[in-house]
Amino acid sequence: MPIQALLGQLLVGLINGSFYAMMSIGLAIIFGLLGITNIAQGAFYMMGAFFSWLLLREAGIGYFYALVLSPLIVGLIGAAIERTLLRRVYKLPHEYGLLLTFGILTFTQGLFIYIFQTAGRPYPVPTELAGGFNLGFMFLPKYRAWVVIASLTTCFLVWYALEKTSLGRTLRAATENPTLTRAFGINVPALMTLGFGAGVALAGAAGVLAAPIYTVSPIMGADLIIVVFAIIVIGGMGSIMGAIVTSVSLGLLEGLAKVYYPQGSNMVVFVIMIAVLLLRPAGLFGREK
Amino acid sequence: MQDLHLPDRRSIPLLLAVLAIAIAAPFMFYPLFLTKVLCYALFASAFNLLLGSCNLLSFGHAAYFGASAYIAGHTAKAWGWPFEASILAGVATAAALGACFGYLAIRRQGIYFAMITLALAQMVYFLALQLPFTGAEDGLTSVPRGKVLGLFELDNPLTLYFTTLLIFICAIALIHRTTHSPFGQILHAIRDNEPRAISLGFEANRFKLQAFVLSAALAGLAGANKAIAFKLATLTDVHWTTSGSVILMTLLGGLGTLFGPIVGALVVVTLENYLADSGLPIQLVIGTIFILCILLFRRGIVGEAQAFLQRRRGKAD
Repeated sequence: MPIQALLGQLLVGLINGSFYAMMSIGLAIIFGLLGITNIAQGAFYMMGAFFSWLLLREAGIGYFYALVLSPLIVGLIGAAIERTLLRRVYKLPHEYGLLLTFGILTFTQGLFIYIFQTAGRPYPVPTELAGGFNLGFMFLPKYRAWVVIASLTTCFLVWYALEKTSLGRTLRAATENPTLTRAFGINVPALMTLGFGAGVALAGAAGVLAAPIYTVSPIMGADLIIVVFAIIVIGGMGSIMGAIVTSVSLGLLEGLAKVYYPQGSNMVVFVIMIAVLLLRPAGLFGREK
Repeated sequence: MQDLHLPDRRSIPLLLAVLAIAIAAPFMFYPLFLTKVLCYALFASAFNLLLGSCNLLSFGHAAYFGASAYIAGHTAKAWGWPFEASILAGVATAAALGACFGYLAIRRQGIYFAMITLALAQMVYFLALQLPFTGAEDGLTSVPRGKVLGLFELDNPLTLYFTTLLIFICAIALIHRTTHSPFGQILHAIRDNEPRAISLGFEANRFKLQAFVLSAALAGLAGANKAIAFKLATLTDVHWTTSGSVILMTLLGGLGTLFGPIVGALVVVTLENYLADSGLPIQLVIGTIFILCILLFRRGIVGEAQAFLQRRRGKAD
């Protein structure tokens, strides 16, 4: 096995792992605050990629602006959806939240297929990040290095914001005990809107980062969210750091599998999920409630 | 999610009327279309057995439907098995798969159960994409239909329809019998209060697993029947969109009712038929109905109708 191929696949694994991490911490924040398992996270990822493609094509707005604008738009759409639709199912069993967001995923995918058809659209790598470094033992494309750094930095910033800042403390309080938090005069419904917006904006940001690597298409998010769900089952939604660690390690394992057992690479995460369910049913970082 | 079923005295004329419609229908509508409705109605009823009786939301029922379709199609096409044997092979595969997946999924509760079933079903999808006999993107095509009991050609649309109808009625009777048996009562007890059922000495997980296997096997029956009837098993059959549309059928028709999934399947299959020519993506419409259904009428068509009848009866008394 040539070392270049191994390292190349590990890099792809690291990239996928960091996308998984952004998706799963978004899911964890949303589930913690709203009690909703947001399967539409896949649609918001797709929207993030699509908006950056649209910004470039329709308005000539480049990658780095899109990196801010596109997640912002996705977050605002998310906030609007939370206000108008999700708010109505908080009192119902959790399953309804999953089903409602499944409806939103299906609808959004259908809408984008209607407007843009299913064909993939390429998004150019920004010129600043074109090319790569020759490390001697492998060629490292600049853009891929950037994606890993950008997404992992985002993840750690989110972790820091939640664990170490006062806004994070308020959010965690609202997650633990919304009624009591409200009694302290904190506007919990507004926090929920903010939390959902931020959670889906993370998926949108992952989409923007993914656009130059994978082609932009309406169906790019759906299969991804299923893998992320399996990762959530493995790692649990209780801990942000746990979600980051699980996501990155599983991405790397997938990369390894692509080298040593390519036919099974898309099943690795699911096989590990089965093993975890058999050996540690509550998940690696989970507590069964 | 309560069990709303009609009292027996009232349901007999209704059942006879439905049966009469089912017998007369193929002479008025395209029998192959009705066969499709029956297959999906059975699929949705199997799903409803699990969600309605146990409150277990499986997000991966396409796995059993699709795996069974592939096995039934393959045994009929490559090995020349007769109709009945192919169907049974499909059902056995679905039941075995259901036993494995059910065993894994019931280890976690609530929303995790749904996520696990979805992820496991995605594995079956990848297998269907890669295994040598499934025909990958093309699927398994031109499956021979064969003869029922070695006598009647299933290529005759009416024979096909009435065979499917017979299978369907037997399966629905089995579902009805199960939900109204002591076993069904235990499932309801577990659904309503699991710790109490356990404290009464019922092994909750064993009963849940049995219900899961039964539901998977019946979903497999629907899938095998569909594969033979349409001479086709494809990746769509195992895809998560199919798991989603069976949830929609059940929800739209009426969760936990006997007729709900049947009505839901009729509506969704009809809709898909119309939309196929319209150029409007099916997902757009399905998604809209899904959202409306969750927000506005969670009891579904049959559930709302029953509630309406009960209200009217309440006023009359």
